Amino acid sequence: MVNGIKKTAEKVYLVIILLLLYIPIALLVISSFNASERNKAVWGGFTFKAYAELIQDEIVMGALYNTLLLAGGASLIATILGTLVCIGMINMKKRSKSFIMGVTQIPLLNSDIVTGISLMLLFTRFADLSFVTMLVAHVTFIIPYVVLSVQPKVLQLNLSTYEAALDLGASHLYAMWKVIIPEIMPGILSGFLLAFTMSLDDFSVTYFTKAPGLNTMSTMINAEYRKGIQTEIYALSTIVFIIVLFVLFIINRRSEKAYKQREESGVAL
Amino acid sequence: MHKCPLMFKAVTVLIIAAMLFSSCGRNVEEKAENQIVVFNYGDYIDRDILKQFEKETGIKVVYEEFLTPEAMYTKYKNGTVKYDLICCSDYMIDKMIKEKEAREINYTAMEHIGNIGETYWKVSESFDGDRKYTVPYFWGTVGILYNTTMVDGVPGSWNDLWDAKYKNNIIMQNSVRDSFIPPLILDGCSINTTDEKSLRKALEALKRQKSLVQSYLVDEVRDDMVNEQAAMAVIYSGEASLATEYNEDLAYVVPKEGSNVWMDSWVIPEGAKNYNGAVKFLDFLCRTDIAEKNFEYVYYSTPNQSVLDNIDEEEKEEDTAIFPDENVLERCEMFTYLGPEAEELYNKLWKELKVVG
Repeated sequence: MVNGIKKTAEKVYLVIILLLLYIPIALLVISSFNASERNKAVWGGFTFKAYAELIQDEIVMGALYNTLLLAGGASLIATILGTLVCIGMINMKKRSKSFIMGVTQIPLLNSDIVTGISLMLLFTRFADLSFVTMLVAHVTFIIPYVVLSVQPKVLQLNLSTYEAALDLGASHLYAMWKVIIPEIMPGILSGFLLAFTMSLDDFSVTYFTKAPGLNTMSTMINAEYRKGIQTEIYALSTIVFIIVLFVLFIINRRSEKAYKQREESGVAL
Repeated sequence: MHKCPLMFKAVTVLIIAAMLFSSCGRNVEEKAENQIVVFNYGDYIDRDILKQFEKETGIKVVYEEFLTPEAMYTKYKNGTVKYDLICCSDYMIDKMIKEKEAREINYTAMEHIGNIGETYWKVSESFDGDRKYTVPYFWGTVGILYNTTMVDGVPGSWNDLWDAKYKNNIIMQNSVRDSFIPPLILDGCSINTTDEKSLRKALEALKRQKSLVQSYLVDEVRDDMVNEQAAMAVIYSGEASLATEYNEDLAYVVPKEGSNVWMDSWVIPEGAKNYNGAVKFLDFLCRTDIAEKNFEYVYYSTPNQSVLDNIDEEEKEEDTAIFPDENVLERCEMFTYLGPEAEELYNKLWKELKVVG
């Protein structure tokens, strides 16, 4: 009996938390279908008009394109670099390892605005702000996320398999490609996805390092905010929310799968 | 133990080097001759105009937006981007001119500059005394937006904001200088006063008012008034006009004691790379057909007399926020840049109001 009450209480608590988390987003999604133009707080019927306008709006679509290109490119580069960092750390002494870990974590702990301003100061000294500076800036602050998700996989590595491959005549590169990379692939993938979402919704770093006239979604919304947010932006936010949700879903599915696999192999042993 | 393969070290170095080079290699400067970099408030121009300008002159417009004058100033001062044209509010331009950050504009090269009405040049003198550095863009007032079904008569005086009848039905601006407008004017002071005694007195008035105020807001004022959340609100005329469009019960009034008038103008900053292109763009903005198109989009009060002359009387009467009476400007005063000390004093008093009680 008491147990039953406890269980329901747990469930109610969970529901309340989830509601608090998702009501604002649900409201946003619903608002994006609101046909009432005059008054956003009043329901004026269901419409896809905001989405249609969104697709035709060159500025918004341009910003979306920039955002996706930036997030995709930056997370790809960051994933390669971050993975190399982790692999490079395998044979390091403990002290230099923790030093490297510490250094890579700095952009993570540093507040975005500091990262953004310092990068801006650096860039303006050597180059004009352009898409490339934005890319470099994004790579800088998302590398830690890649390192954080690849590092545990690297620690689980059984180096004997790599050595066995070498003994069987594989070159270093070949053994790395065939043995180490497949082992840590789940970490690399989730690192990539995590980096992608981080890059996607960044404002501070982008704001300070962006080239004039180039907008990502976050900087565009910030500039347009003065005159109130258009319904199109609700539609856009809904789309982004769905993308992020999808990416998170994949990450979770992957880690769940990996967990199960480990459990199973554990049982088998 | 194996050493980390040399190959990978090399690859890492290569990737980093490639990234560094590619960022240095891009040089936008060569294109400066044929482009202008424009810095403006968000959503404050009809974008089609930019395209038309590019088509007519062959000069490319790199268009950049900011949210607040302070954000603009920070970005400009950093010198990361060399802007050719900046549109900003009176007090910030005042500051820029005083800091010698603005270049004189060659008005004689502008064919359509005569379209800007004399009244607005005069208004601009409060920050551009010599009429050398600016071209007026849009302007407006600060007043009271009220719901005719919730307020008896017209709240024609700032005193109505202290009327206990409207307890919890008043929205004030959540910004320092704006919120000091009503008490200072009621007290017969300039809205640019730096006299601590007058400011203290104004603060006392605001403190007295605080129990009547529903909330201090900035961007949400318009939405809340449209949604009939409050009876009265201190608001900018441009916002008021939009609000009255959405809700027919709303009306806007500039109180009889006077108020603040603001002006957003263009300046060509020092360090502009394409001065001639910037002047061409300004001239283009003043051209009647372009100004008209832009006015239709932005719908703030325009200083372009030839546009005003083309608007029929009916429309003017309908929207008093955008087309105020001639005499409204006479009783309004513009904000000026007060200097760091006075700003600090204002901020201190403002905090006192927000924290206490």
